[in-house]
Amino acid sequence: MMNLEQVIQALDLKVLTEQKPFNEILPTTGYAADLLSCVMTGASRGGLWVTLQAHSNIVAVAALLELSAIIITEGAQPDEATIQKANEQGVVLLSSQQDTYRVVGRLWELGIR
Amino acid sequence: MPVSFLNLKMTEQTPLRKSSLISDQEAENITRVEELAYEIKVQEVMTPNPITMTTSMKMREVLEQFRVARISGAPIVEEGQLIGIISIEDLIRCLIKADLEAEIQKYMTHNPFTVKGDDPVVEALKMFVSTKVGRLPVINKEGQLIGILTKGDITRGLLKALQQDYQTEEVRRYRASHLFEDIESERTSLILRYNIKAGDFTHGGEASSKIKRALSRMGASPQIARRCGIATYEAEMNLIIHTTEGGVIRVEIEPHQISIDVYDSGPGIQDVELAMKPGYSTASEKVRELGFGAGMGLVNISRCVDIMKLESVWGKGTRLRMKIFLKKEDTVGEGHAAKSLEEK
Repeated sequence: MMNLEQVIQALDLKVLTEQKPFNEILPTTGYAADLLSCVMTGASRGGLWVTLQAHSNIVAVAALLELSAIIITEGAQPDEATIQKANEQGVVLLSSQQDTYRVVGRLWELGIR
Repeated sequence: MPVSFLNLKMTEQTPLRKSSLISDQEAENITRVEELAYEIKVQEVMTPNPITMTTSMKMREVLEQFRVARISGAPIVEEGQLIGIISIEDLIRCLIKADLEAEIQKYMTHNPFTVKGDDPVVEALKMFVSTKVGRLPVINKEGQLIGILTKGDITRGLLKALQQDYQTEEVRRYRASHLFEDIESERTSLILRYNIKAGDFTHGGEASSKIKRALSRMGASPQIARRCGIATYEAEMNLIIHTTEGGVIRVEIEPHQISIDVYDSGPGIQDVELAMKPGYSTASEKVRELGFGAGMGLVNISRCVDIMKLESVWGKGTRLRMKIFLKKEDTVGEGHAAKSLEEK
C-alpha cells in the first residue's frame, strides 16, 4: 500500500502545508470533482481528493470528511489564508502542475483505487 | 524550517497554546513541537541566575566549582557583562597539561555565542545546530547575563508545554463528556447557536467544524460527529449562498438525539420539491465557479440525518429541521431521511 510520502515523490507534488510524517498517512482511495457537494457525497474518509479548486472552502470540506490530502491540479495556487486555515485544521494541501485527468491516472497506476 | 530535534509521540490531540484551535485530524505532534519552538521564549525554559566565574579565578577554582555545584560549564562575568564561557572540555584540556594554576583567561572561550531572553526557542535550536556548542549564555537587551540554556532545558520546556496542552484538552473532554451525567434534570440539553452571514464564504464551514468538534468532545462516535458535520455544513453553505440576510443554526444536543434547526428570513424557496431533486440548483454562475451549486446539498443532508423537514415560504424565509438519533436501534445506516424520501 502506498503512503502519502511515496505519492508525493511519485507524482512530484509540492507540499503547500506544514511538513508531517507523510509516510504514516495511508490514502485509502481517491475522489475527483470540483463541486463541493459532490465531494461531500462521494469522497471517503482517509481518501485523496483531486480538484482544480484552490479557494478556502476546500479546507472545511476536507476537514469534515477527514480526507488524507487534497491534490490541487494545474498549479492552481491557494492563498495564504487558505494554507493557514489548512494548517490549523490539520488538512494537507498538495499541488500538481498536471491536470486532474493525469493526476488521477497516475494515482490509479500506483494502486490507489 | 522543520525542527526535528524531538520525536515525541502522544496519542491524543493537543490544542494550540494561544488560539486553542484543535485540528480535526490526528494531531501531528512533531508539528506541535515546532509550533511551541516558535511560541516559547528562551527565558521561559533557561536556567536563571546561573553560577558564574570571574576573570580573576584560576583553573583550580573552576574545577572545584564544577565539582561542588555538579555543573559542566559556566559563563564568565565582569561588571555584569558577559565576557566568556568556560566548559568541562576546557577544564579537560587544562588537566591534560597539568596546568591547574593557570588563569581562567587562558582556557575560556572569549566572546561566546549568546541568545537573547526574548528570542523564540527555535533561534536557540538553530544556534545549537550551527555552532555545535553545548550551552548558550542568555542575555537581555542590555547585554547582561540573565541565564544559561542547554538543549536539555529546551527539551524539558517543550515537554512541559506539551503536557500542559494535553492536560487542558483532557480536562475539556472529560468535562464535556460528563456534562449530561453531572447535571440532573428531567430533560437536559445543550444548545449551540451560530449566526451565519450571507455571502460570507471566507468563514464557510466554520460553524459546522465547531459543531463537529463539540460533539467529538462530548464523546459522540466519529460517525455521528461526521454525519452531523456534513449535514450542518450543507445547511451552513446554503445560508451563505442563498439567503438575503443570513440565518441561524441551532443545534440541541440531548443524550438520545441531536436536533438541528436552521432558519433564515428570506428569500425562501419557490419550489421545495424541486429543490430536493438531486442536481437542481439556483446558485449563481459566480458561486458555481467556487464549486458550489451542485444541487446536492439537501440530498446530502437527507443522507446524513434520520428526520428532515424543510418548510419554506417564498418571500418570507426557510426553516430546515433535522434530527439525528444517537441510539443505534433508532438509526438505519447513514440515516433515515434519505429512505423516507425515496419512499415518497
